[in-house]
Amino acid sequence: MRVLFPALAVVVGLIILASLGAALGLDAIFGVLVPYAAFVTFVFGFIYRIVKWAQVPVPFRIPSTCGQHKSFPWLKNRSRIDNPSSWPGVVVRMFLEIFCFRSLFRNTKAEIHYTPFSADPPKVVYGSAKWLWLAGLAFHWSFLLIVVRHYRFFTEPIPWLVQFLESLDGFMQFGVPALYMTDGLILAAVTYLFIRRVVVPQLRYISLPADYFPLFLIFGIVVSGMLMRYITRIDVVGVKELAMGWVTLHPTVPDGIGIMFYIHLLLVSVLLAYFPFSKLMHAGGVFLSPTRNLANNNRVKRHINPWNYPVKVHTYEEYEDEFRDLMKEAGIPVEKE
Amino acid sequence: MMYDKKLIIPGLVIFVWLMTLPFWYNSGKATAAPEVKIDTPVIQEMAEKKCIEDKQYMREAHMQVLDDWRDEVVRERKRVEVTTGGKTYEMSLQNECMKCHSNKAEFCDKCHDYVAVDPYCWDCHIEPKEKK
Repeated sequence: MRVLFPALAVVVGLIILASLGAALGLDAIFGVLVPYAAFVTFVFGFIYRIVKWAQVPVPFRIPSTCGQHKSFPWLKNRSRIDNPSSWPGVVVRMFLEIFCFRSLFRNTKAEIHYTPFSADPPKVVYGSAKWLWLAGLAFHWSFLLIVVRHYRFFTEPIPWLVQFLESLDGFMQFGVPALYMTDGLILAAVTYLFIRRVVVPQLRYISLPADYFPLFLIFGIVVSGMLMRYITRIDVVGVKELAMGWVTLHPTVPDGIGIMFYIHLLLVSVLLAYFPFSKLMHAGGVFLSPTRNLANNNRVKRHINPWNYPVKVHTYEEYEDEFRDLMKEAGIPVEKE
Repeated sequence: MMYDKKLIIPGLVIFVWLMTLPFWYNSGKATAAPEVKIDTPVIQEMAEKKCIEDKQYMREAHMQVLDDWRDEVVRERKRVEVTTGGKTYEMSLQNECMKCHSNKAEFCDKCHDYVAVDPYCWDCHIEPKEKK
């Protein structure tokens, strides 16, 4: 509770703040200034984090893989994707990692099984655990589709792809405005990701406010967005007017957009500004995972550690130059006469 | 000192490009929110220019009104709706709404296109014929 409550309190505080801002008519601040500041923080913060990571040398390939390394030609079953020796394999491995969360697919669980009414000792049982992978995949893909769908507010004319994805998402034609499948999916996935942290004791033990906060924040964004679309209703044309104002750098705040929109907007702004400084940076970090994005070519190519201090060496050639005469005198064979 | 610059810098450029895409996409384009036209002959003759509910409500909730109407007509065979003001309206898109708002292209489509809404009204209903 001590961990969970602060995260919840911050999100509730933000919702109250946005409501107050809308009620007091501070549209210029919450409708223009805050979103711009959040966007700039997001982009520059993201670049800053990546550049910071790029300054860390990776002197050696870290072959933490599950496949057979390329070695002798007669060695069969070498895995080209799991343990790639060159970049095409790395590209496939990275693709599967980023788009299918392959590492998470290999997630396992370890449980102690007791046999009731028996003197047998309890057994440790290992098994596959796919629920996290499934919920993660549903969450991330839904989120991506939702973001792309929102481009209908930021573009004029609206690109064909955005309209196509939107019609695909609202394919069920359930209710008016049509229910988006991704809305239901992301709500279910976020709820699962939260419940799993609370219910599984080991996970609850390692969970910090920084783990709960993004979950609550995203939950708040999803719920406020869905309320706005399906229940409390909103003047969509006004929202697009506002969004187009941002992207054409002529911000205007139309009247009558409503409090729910400002709650949604402030939560999204906070998510954007918080993003580069939090665990959410795994979005950029996944591209820089050394165990995933490096070909395992340690035995083929020499990798030099950049922080090695210069070592004084005395090569054989130099040694021979120095002692050639003495060596000849002593009858020791030399390479150069 | 940055490592792997030849991969990371293009990656960052792509990131910035993607994030600022709406700014590039819309740059130099003047955009104004669509103004819906209500200057049809029927509306001009009305003494009090008022829809079944007030303007803001209609802007936000007309789709739900129509959805409710459809359900009531199709499932309950109830065709008459009494709204505030004691006026009686027929629950019909084609015969009631479009009687006043006979300018579909200027009234419906303008906003729907602006926010990429593609309602399936005219899958079943007959679209009013308009002079182009």
